[in-house]
Amino acid sequence: MANVTSTAAPERLQLLRVLGPAHVWALGVGIVLVGEYMGWNFSVGKGGMIAGLVACWVAGLLYTCVAMIDSEVTSTVAAAGGQYAQAKHIVGPLMAFNVGLFLVMAYTMLEAANAITVGFLLDTVAGMLGHSGLNQKPFIILAVMFLAWLNYRGVLATLTFNLVITAIAFVSIIVLFISVQFGGSAVPLDFSAITSDPLPYGWVGIVAALHFGLWYYLGIEGTCQAAEEVRSPARSLPYGTMAGIMTLLIAATLTWYVCSGLIPWEYLGQAGTPLFDAARVTGSTGLMMLLFVGTTFATLASANGCINDASRAWFSMGRDRYLPSWFGAVHPTYRTPYRSIVFLVPIALIFALGAPLDQVVTFSILSGLLGYTFMTFNMVMFRKKWPLDSIKRGYVHPFHPIPALLLLVLCATAYVAVFLGYGTQLIAMMCFYIVASLWFHFWRYRFVKRGDQFTMPWPRPNGY
Amino acid sequence: MAYKPPKQSLAGQIFDVFVLLVLTVGALYIPLYMGLAGAAKTPQPIANPTWEALGQNATEQQQWAALGITDPAAASDIITARFDYSFSWVALIVMAVFVIGYFVMVVRLSDKEYREVIEERFGPKR
Repeated sequence: MANVTSTAAPERLQLLRVLGPAHVWALGVGIVLVGEYMGWNFSVGKGGMIAGLVACWVAGLLYTCVAMIDSEVTSTVAAAGGQYAQAKHIVGPLMAFNVGLFLVMAYTMLEAANAITVGFLLDTVAGMLGHSGLNQKPFIILAVMFLAWLNYRGVLATLTFNLVITAIAFVSIIVLFISVQFGGSAVPLDFSAITSDPLPYGWVGIVAALHFGLWYYLGIEGTCQAAEEVRSPARSLPYGTMAGIMTLLIAATLTWYVCSGLIPWEYLGQAGTPLFDAARVTGSTGLMMLLFVGTTFATLASANGCINDASRAWFSMGRDRYLPSWFGAVHPTYRTPYRSIVFLVPIALIFALGAPLDQVVTFSILSGLLGYTFMTFNMVMFRKKWPLDSIKRGYVHPFHPIPALLLLVLCATAYVAVFLGYGTQLIAMMCFYIVASLWFHFWRYRFVKRGDQFTMPWPRPNGY
Repeated sequence: MAYKPPKQSLAGQIFDVFVLLVLTVGALYIPLYMGLAGAAKTPQPIANPTWEALGQNATEQQQWAALGITDPAAASDIITARFDYSFSWVALIVMAVFVIGYFVMVVRLSDKEYREVIEERFGPKR
């Protein structure tokens, strides 16, 4: 029998348990669906049309592994912070600190990328209407500030808002696909580049394209950030996450098909708003308006979910004293992590206002990639420390350890993909995390209460 | 005996936040701002470009026109820009060492901290 000690914790304000499976789906897909509206197309630029499609499916395989692993661990470690709480219980405090930073950086950079896209889209539309040279910055600031305010006011309203605009953005992709298939485009689909210029960079282009192929799905793991606010985590989290990945696989393939057929691959490889551009090529005003709305909603839904997730990870770290405890406060009226929400606004704005889209996207992808690498050994350690018969799991993923090993191989390939063309950013990011880790271990950890880092009602881990 | 962490002053908390901000901006934004990081994609322009010389068929020319680009010279830089994927194996190995070394360091230091957590939570190892 495990010797589980219990101490009376002081009563503190908790986050509200108000979310269902549909909200989990909306949180996951809402964050990620913007990946169909912008960013994914840089994979075509890095490797050509075929490489873009291969990257889409290989990245889909990577995220299926992520969703399988994440569903098991999250349905068992149902606490705010998602992977952060998992790392705390399974690997240790420093890993948890790093995972918290991965989440915050991935989502904050994604939020910045969304804001850049909103500004770029409005600039494009203004140019089409004869008002070129629009100043994008006020719109970028306005988008970030409005969504931060919405998050400040409460999670239910925020995610219900996400549910509606995510659904509209998803339907827009389906409508564009059906319209183009049934002759709704003035310019026909053309896939001749597949035969005339199949692999402009050769096979290395296929590897390189995986870098931005991740963007189709990046953030789906964010579903488990809201674990503490879900009514039935063991049921809702796996259901919402798996439904989300299936939605995204369909949307990603349709998006590649429509955009690759309507836009020359060289243009597509550097476009800021590829689906909106595809609608422009059709010549249909209705489709253009629909995809304008879809792009706007997708970016807003994504930025909204990013603020939600990043602030919860930051809040969790503050509550555990990995960061100053001031961040661990819950708003007395709205019950939201309001200080964390406000603090992350200027960081998002620095990158949204001062960095190019592909580089902000790369920072987000790199932080996500580090998080997926963590999931591989985290899963193995979880099963080793607590075998299947030792604790009750909400969901048990099949074929362990094949998904973890496959994920590790795909992550290693993705690092090489980022290295091809963006190696300096990879090194800069690694330096950031190494210095931050040393800072935590040798300074910050002294403020952390040791025993409080393990809150799950589990027996002692094997080997400890 | 449970570990009792020191109480951090408000000034100390502010300083820690400042350190993280400096680290984020210094390591990630400054290299971008100084042009030290970014995509290595460069145009390889051709003289007197035509749509045919740029490898664009009739349908693709229609697509360019729908995107607001009717002059092949304006599309030339976009069409001819390519990444340079030549790299040194040494650089690739340095990258691998960075990534693997980072994870090894974090897992080892975490394990040391984790043992303290488990011992305080469950008592000394029997």
